[in-house]
Amino acid sequence: MTREPFERLVREHGATVYRVVRAVVGPSDADDAWSDAFLAALEAYPRLEEGANVRGWLVTIAHRKAIDVLRRSSRATVVAEVPERARAHRDPDLDLRRALAALPDRQRSCVVLHHLGGLPFDEVAAALGVSSAAARKASSDGVRRLRSLLEVDDG
Amino acid sequence: MADPFDAIPAGDAEALAERLARRAVDAGLVDVRVRTIDTRLGTLLLAATPRGLVTVAFHGDEPDATLERLADRLGTRVLRDERGLDGVAREVEALADGRARTFDGALDLTLATGFRGAVVRALRDIPYGETRSYGDVARAIGSPGAVRAVGTACRLNPLPIVIPCHRVVRSDGSLGQYAGGVEAKRMLLGAEGALAG
Repeated sequence: MTREPFERLVREHGATVYRVVRAVVGPSDADDAWSDAFLAALEAYPRLEEGANVRGWLVTIAHRKAIDVLRRSSRATVVAEVPERARAHRDPDLDLRRALAALPDRQRSCVVLHHLGGLPFDEVAAALGVSSAAARKASSDGVRRLRSLLEVDDG
Repeated sequence: MADPFDAIPAGDAEALAERLARRAVDAGLVDVRVRTIDTRLGTLLLAATPRGLVTVAFHGDEPDATLERLADRLGTRVLRDERGLDGVAREVEALADGRARTFDGALDLTLATGFRGAVVRALRDIPYGETRSYGDVARAIGSPGAVRAVGTACRLNPLPIVIPCHRVVRSDGSLGQYAGGVEAKRMLLGAEGALAG
């Protein structure tokens, strides 16, 4: 038994997991999604195989839990209820979330897992059950679309 | 345009960890809860199982080796729980700072088994403000020849400060060894008024 104390996983990957869930669910549900993710990981931890890729495992769980939270709270409401005055404050976090929310599901998942979760495309592919090539393409399409959405906002 | 993902902030690590600890403890998913405290003897790492306080470790500011040992012996579900261990922390702090005489919380002696367990149980019988020699403790557990082994067991006491291995000194009156350093031992005995001279 040479598995690390779980506390170290929280210390080393807590911030990455937070950014993944926050990009998907937004600030008001991010704390819940984060603790849902780590709670699920804690429960499963003793069964994780030795030498497993811990960050990939955590990010995958986090993404799944964030999607669960999103389904519960219904994304449409979250995005529709963004007050107009927030736009005037030039809140880049909010702009990014609105843009992410506007992406098709697969593009958003690939972008979040790769760019925020740091997963290489073959792990993104495994997490989503698609081919590596499809994951790579969805991610680059998603980023291109994000940038154009954000630039429109800059105008 | 800068990396758009820089806009996503990191969370409040402490508040998140706090909430996780509450939920995990409630769900019965934690083998060991840990936190550190700062005392006049230095930073201490405290660790508790559901049964009670299981370890007090000196050099708590370098916890990695201790956490690995705990994960190895007691289970890998080790989690920080600052607030949940507040009460324990206050008690240990009072002992370390010489403001309290005994620890009244629950203890888990899992880490002191066999001969070492016998030594640790004998240490609990040494009254506040008094000292015993390593030979006295060896005789008390019925192994009068095991003076050196008693010394080792004292040094490896998993619950220093709480279980008073600092009250065991050498028969010539010199302090002998201590996991937290001889200066810490001197401070603890000084606070108890147990120093000769």
